[in-house]
Amino acid sequence: MDPITTSTLCIGGIGLVSAAALAVAEKYLSVPQDPRIAKVAERLPGANCGGCGFAGCADYARAIVMDNAECNLCAPGGAACANAIASFLGRAAGALEKRSALVLCCGDNTETTRRAAYNGINDCAAAQATAGGDKGCAYGCLGYGACARVCPVNAISVVNGLAKVNKDTCIACGKCVAACPRKIIKLVPAAAEIHVLCSSKDKGPAVKKVCGTGCIGCRICNKLSDGAITMDGFLAVVDYTKPITNEEVITKCPGKCIRKA
Amino acid sequence: MEYLLLIISAILVNNFVLSRFLGICPFLGVSKKISTALGMSGAVIFVITIASAVTWCLQKYLLEPLGLERFLQTLSFILVIAALVQLIDIVMKRFAPPLHAALGIFLPLITTNCAVLGVAVLNMKDGNGFFKSVLFGFSASVGFAFALLIFTGLREKIERAAPPRCFKGVAISLVTAGLLSLAFMGFSGLVK
Repeated sequence: MDPITTSTLCIGGIGLVSAAALAVAEKYLSVPQDPRIAKVAERLPGANCGGCGFAGCADYARAIVMDNAECNLCAPGGAACANAIASFLGRAAGALEKRSALVLCCGDNTETTRRAAYNGINDCAAAQATAGGDKGCAYGCLGYGACARVCPVNAISVVNGLAKVNKDTCIACGKCVAACPRKIIKLVPAAAEIHVLCSSKDKGPAVKKVCGTGCIGCRICNKLSDGAITMDGFLAVVDYTKPITNEEVITKCPGKCIRKA
Repeated sequence: MEYLLLIISAILVNNFVLSRFLGICPFLGVSKKISTALGMSGAVIFVITIASAVTWCLQKYLLEPLGLERFLQTLSFILVIAALVQLIDIVMKRFAPPLHAALGIFLPLITTNCAVLGVAVLNMKDGNGFFKSVLFGFSASVGFAFALLIFTGLREKIERAAPPRCFKGVAISLVTAGLLSLAFMGFSGLVK
């Protein structure tokens, strides 16, 4: 036989044998899987962000079908995705409110002081571990971008020593909330517009000493907002279950830390 | 002694990634986190070891008797290794689900990785026997895992450092890989 025929037959033979082996293996060894899992996975966005608490979209789809997990846990997919899955499986979707992460601090490098020059590892947790951080305020954003690094959609940028979340790209997966060593990132309803951008629980004079835009605990917003902004000691905190109707809170705030975001 | 030298040579002196420059894609691609690097290393060790055994048999019992080993080697090796990895994937899913969960997503990624093919071709070039082929495959892949894990550790550290702006990201990673390779060159001459 000439080499061309031999090699064609040889490669063809190898291919045929491999294909047959794979076909047999697929038929007799493949693990039966609930066909609904694949259908549910198709309806998920496939971002694999892990925001639902499962290892990825495929794992979440499995959990929905097999373990009866809630179908409204997907933040990127939102209500549309939850409804699509619920109607496919014939379940109730449950309420889903779009949320986004928010950094509760507005003291950037122009407004706050640095009490030391920090030259260590470029990370918030490391800075925090070094004598409690270099920022004058013991509660504010350190600005070394630990949140920005874990964000799967690059929604966080650090501008002038202050982390800012882009509301439109944020998928509310909660990774930044866990990464922040000062715990000042919260998931808030995306529809809410007015926020108290301060986390300092210190008394007024102590806040004023280190930050130009801190909450001094004056309670003006508390009185103006009809209870939608509550007081936690010397810190105003927005109760997102109630709407803030009086926009005067923004202009009346002496610390200028109530802002639209 | 010969086998010991073979192992040391494959792991350190002629490291697949750092002195032969094979398998660079997973080396740069999955070296961001130690956990994924570990999974990748496991999958590579597994696949290369089995692939070197299978390709040896293929060469010895099919290609050589037919006189095709000179020009059909690469093609048939790719075909067989790809099919083999698929088969392992299916079998592993059925009989060892935990192992599949750990290595599963990496298996298709390295089907015909150049390191996998490189081991097979080098085995034939050196005329290794069956046991030596498998041993060489195993130690070469351990060398790959070794280099990958060192590099991942370095990259995790760099992530937390502040390199100059123009070096950020891939640039500093490539510089690191180059320096690491240079360090491994220090082993050259240890084993012929």
